[in-house]
Amino acid sequence: MDTPLLKYVLGLADDNMVLSQRLTEWCSNGPTLEEDIALTNVALDILGRARMFYQYASVLDEQKRSEDDFAMCRSEREYTNLLIHELPIGDFAFTMARQWFLDEFSQLYFSALSHSKDETLAGIAAKCIKESGYHLVRSRNWICVLAEGTEESRRRLLAAIDELWGYRHELFETTQAESLLSGVAVNRADLKDTWMTNINDLSARLNIELPDKDWFVTGGRRGEHSEHLGPMLAEMQYLARCFPGAKW
Amino acid sequence: MTKAECQIEQQLLEQFEAKIAADDKIEPKDWMPEAYRANLIRQMSQHAHSEVIGMQPEGNWLSRAPNLHRKMVLLAKVQDEAGHGLYLYSATETLGITRDEMVTAMHQQRAKYASIFNYPTLTWADIGAIGWLVDGAAIVNQISLQLTSYGPYSRAMIKICKEESFHQRQGYNILIKLCEGSEEQKAMAQDALNRWWWPSLMMFGPHDRESAHSQRSMGWKIKRKSNDDLRQKFVDQTVPQAEFLGLKIPDSDLAWNAQRGHYDFGDIDWREFERVINGNGPCNRERIRHHKRAQDEGAWVRQAMAAYDIKQAGQRVA
Repeated sequence: MDTPLLKYVLGLADDNMVLSQRLTEWCSNGPTLEEDIALTNVALDILGRARMFYQYASVLDEQKRSEDDFAMCRSEREYTNLLIHELPIGDFAFTMARQWFLDEFSQLYFSALSHSKDETLAGIAAKCIKESGYHLVRSRNWICVLAEGTEESRRRLLAAIDELWGYRHELFETTQAESLLSGVAVNRADLKDTWMTNINDLSARLNIELPDKDWFVTGGRRGEHSEHLGPMLAEMQYLARCFPGAKW
Repeated sequence: MTKAECQIEQQLLEQFEAKIAADDKIEPKDWMPEAYRANLIRQMSQHAHSEVIGMQPEGNWLSRAPNLHRKMVLLAKVQDEAGHGLYLYSATETLGITRDEMVTAMHQQRAKYASIFNYPTLTWADIGAIGWLVDGAAIVNQISLQLTSYGPYSRAMIKICKEESFHQRQGYNILIKLCEGSEEQKAMAQDALNRWWWPSLMMFGPHDRESAHSQRSMGWKIKRKSNDDLRQKFVDQTVPQAEFLGLKIPDSDLAWNAQRGHYDFGDIDWREFERVINGNGPCNRERIRHHKRAQDEGAWVRQAMAAYDIKQAGQRVA
């Protein structure tokens, strides 16, 4: 039986694992060579985060599963990433709008997590917050470029925000595991107002009208995913699953 | 050209040749013969395109790397290759050509990339083989190019060689693990060596006597060692590495020649080389199509960047 702390840490690991896997898809597909480099760099940072959380999960796990057991040998029903991370990369506007939402969130989240009573989590957060700051500068800059570039870039950006809008709520939903970890887990609901203010501020500056019709989809932390996660995991886990127990 | 102009050009040529003879570097603002410039553009842009196109076969395994450590290392490696491409495009731009022009030349097949990337990466062992053999062959070539006569190219090679040696080790390390593993894993490693060995030898180009650009490039010290010398060096250093892995190099003529102090090896199938370089490899069309598609799909992003820059500049002036 996974403890609340293990569930909590695995959720954070899965968020980053799935997002990194998505960002990796941009390799050799970016709009410029510079973006190929930048996006793979961000993917690397986020993979690094996933590994830190999985490695901690491994320490916490009674079954002593390794980081690779967690990443490569759990099914889509066992993955508990929030849904926003698993959505397909879409076009460049979709990818950058998602990064913007998530980078704004990560800054607040890691800042709060760095005060966790759990020293390992606080330490991971302190490491993540530095790179997350760079990611945020980059994604905000891209939102400016796309909003003020051409009509087409603006149209694509607005469409991306619209597509993502209903997935933001899940970022601020407290899970049962989190509610049992007072002082250890971040209280997500506390971050919502600041996140919304930050999104509103940049949107207002760029005359971006945020969607007026709200909707929400949740379920990731319960293992209830979109249909996109299964194929991603099937591809990612193929080799590890074909050769159980093999060393690479 | 007037007589006076001819005399000036003759003087410039003599100064240029004196610099080459003294092993001084030629720098972007220095006078250089047009053929030297054209030769460098051909070689350096081909090198840059190879780094960029090489991202495709290796990127093919990013989503399927067998564990998180390997995924991270491969991601960092492919990112390095993109960085090399960028660095080399920039170095080539010092010769008065734009990156766009170079990329268009590749799309129109006026410029080449390393033909070996027209082969597919079919198994995880291929990622090991690319690091070990393809990067290994590239390093042998690039070490000699650290002494090339064009300053920006030489400096690029010094920087790039440092990273490439890591790449080679990561590839070899992948194969060590496979060869320590199950029979199936070992068979995967042998299969990769079988498919990548000969194309790796072809990377050094035709025999010296048949190489179209070699003689002139050697005279100008763009190239510092001949194709055949570099190939021999690669074979000599790689055979013991294969032995350590317990893998068999697919060449029945391979044998140590004590008299020469080198390995003898079999004839390269140059028809295969010609076939692939001329567009008939398994992935030629796919590699260019992929690159063009990414470029086409990103066109609106580049247009947005350009429009945004103009608006920002306008605001600064206002």
